[in-house]
Amino acid sequence: MYFRTEDLAVGYHKKALIHDINIAIEKGKILTLIGPNGSGKSTILKTVIKQLPKIRGKIYIDGVDLDEMTNHQLAQQVAVVLTDRIRTELMTCGEVVATGRYPYTNRLGKLTRRDHEIVQESLRRVHGEELEDQDFSAISDGQRQRIMLARAICQQPQMIILDEPTAFLDIRHKIELLDILREMAQEKGITVIMSLHEIDLATKISDYVCCVKGEVISKCGPPDEIFDDQTINSLYEVSHGSYNMLMGSVELTKPEGSPKVFVVAGDGSGIPCYRALQKKEIPFATGLLYENDVDYQVAKELSDRVVSTPAFAPVEEERLRQGESLIREASLVIDAGAWEERGNAYNRQLLRVAREADIPVIRDYPAWLKDGQHSIEAAAKAAERR
Amino acid sequence: MKRDRVKTVFRYECIIVALFLLFFVLVIVNINSGTVSIPAKEIIRIILLRIRDESVESNIIWKIRLPRILLAAILGGALSVSGFLLQTFFRNPIAGPFVLGISSGAKMAVGFVMIIALQYWKSVPSSVMVAAAFVGSLLVMGMVLLFSQRIGSMSMLLVIGIMVSYICSAITDFFITFAKETDVANLTSWSMGSFSGASWSNVKFSAVLCLFGLVAAFLLSKPIGAYQLGEGYAQSMGINIKAFRVALILLSSLLSACVTAFAGPISFVGIAVPHITKMLMKTSKPAWIIPVSYLCGSVFCLFCDLISRTAFAPTEMAIGTVTSIFGAPVVIWLMIKRKKNA
Repeated sequence: MYFRTEDLAVGYHKKALIHDINIAIEKGKILTLIGPNGSGKSTILKTVIKQLPKIRGKIYIDGVDLDEMTNHQLAQQVAVVLTDRIRTELMTCGEVVATGRYPYTNRLGKLTRRDHEIVQESLRRVHGEELEDQDFSAISDGQRQRIMLARAICQQPQMIILDEPTAFLDIRHKIELLDILREMAQEKGITVIMSLHEIDLATKISDYVCCVKGEVISKCGPPDEIFDDQTINSLYEVSHGSYNMLMGSVELTKPEGSPKVFVVAGDGSGIPCYRALQKKEIPFATGLLYENDVDYQVAKELSDRVVSTPAFAPVEEERLRQGESLIREASLVIDAGAWEERGNAYNRQLLRVAREADIPVIRDYPAWLKDGQHSIEAAAKAAERR
Repeated sequence: MKRDRVKTVFRYECIIVALFLLFFVLVIVNINSGTVSIPAKEIIRIILLRIRDESVESNIIWKIRLPRILLAAILGGALSVSGFLLQTFFRNPIAGPFVLGISSGAKMAVGFVMIIALQYWKSVPSSVMVAAAFVGSLLVMGMVLLFSQRIGSMSMLLVIGIMVSYICSAITDFFITFAKETDVANLTSWSMGSFSGASWSNVKFSAVLCLFGLVAAFLLSKPIGAYQLGEGYAQSMGINIKAFRVALILLSSLLSACVTAFAGPISFVGIAVPHITKMLMKTSKPAWIIPVSYLCGSVFCLFCDLISRTAFAPTEMAIGTVTSIFGAPVVIWLMIKRKKNA
């Protein structure tokens, strides 16, 4: 174990906020703390880098007790990227990165040729070579975060600690930043501990995830072991909307009420239609979905009436009946994937039922939408009036 | 890349050489100007041959002009470095010993000591003056620090500094009310700020203190550079923040106390000069800025002292008047520039 805590308690003013923190990770792994705002992620990170005195317990880095390390020794082991907004004056990005050499330079901080090479290399790592001579105060948030990461890399640490490194970044820069971290962990064996807001990204980048909520760490381990939809929904107290673990996606609150619209879907065709209905708060039923279908994952977050059937098995007769009865109750049927022309016999059966019951059917939803004259809201209203 | 660095250093060296040239020019002009005009040839003869024959010319040069010039140079630099340290410490571009009330604190303490001590002694030894000013500076610094921890906003810090300096002035006035008339004259002329009281012992004493301060600040330039990124990052690079902060406070107080004790409170040098220096050098690297702003401060004060002596000769203006006229516009310009950037 490269990094380990033992019954660690952290907090402010000698009062423990979170206690019994027992984390252990090997070298070159990425650990992410997730949890709602104000849950104490930053408090833990600040304690680990000695910016807050710990309340109780022990922290070991590479087998050495943190209490026995001098600031200087710690600086050669651990580099940080903080949330502090820094204001520099007349400092180029290159100079900001070069401050990472601090623990290695002489009394006056003179940079040797080797130091300059390391600065260059660190800039290359974050694809920031072209920023070197630019004024740090004049670059964008995304660039700034990359430069701060280069600064941390420049410190040649065994471990990098980042507090919400992706805050303020757009999606492209988030991905870029996390990719760099992954690379550093993989190639250089740098251990990474960070806090993230984005659960979806956290589960994808991390080797270990710790959920911080309340007074203890509620769960800690490899993401696929500890996570299910319930864990996350309860961690963030999501009561409206939902988080789908398998898809790594967040869905907004499902529309309430008895379904007026039935979506005949499958094979991913339903998702755009579901989202459109959700946006207009039109409750819907859908079917007939195999449970390994992507449509099924989104549908169950957005609707209470999903007619589904286990995959790799013949469709149960009962499910088909259920679908037929739901479709008869609907005032509008949407054929999301042109099922009338395609294979699936069950969906064709459902559409036939709709036609027999004289329910309006929007055929081939994507094509219907494409001509730009239709809106799902108007169609649903018109159908209801009928 | 490497050639760029060589070029930058060359630029720095050029600026330093230019400042030194300016410095010598100002020293010469300063020696050469005054109510009693002495021919240049005579001046060179007196200085180079070290003639101290109690003639009027020799006395003027050796006892009045030279110590005054040296004192202005030494203290001007000290003020600038003190200002730079305070700006770094408070992360506030217009922090300085005068704005934060540190000069007023020193003035209060010196005023107190002057009035009390003059009842027992004929004159106050300079070491006592410096010690009093130092204590006064630290007192105010402590107060400002105490408040600044609770507020943490840039503009409020300045408001506090100004309020504290009002309080100190009020207390100083209170002393003056109960002082003897002769002492008051002394105190008032001192509190206007002037290099006119310079003596060789003052020069020596302040030279030792300021040299110490300058060297110490220079040796701290590495952590100061790291501190520019903020406390969190500085600590992560291995700096002992508490010790560093104490060192910074003591140094800047010592430097500004030294100035206040010998020349009274002088405004705007501490704010203006570090910024002028940064602008000239186009960098904020402390290892360069600290020594160069010392030099720049010396030049600035020599220039201001020259004007204070000659502009309305034979009447002499207070040095603070002149430094304000040249320094305050710099501060205004700074505010405008910051607004533009933000």
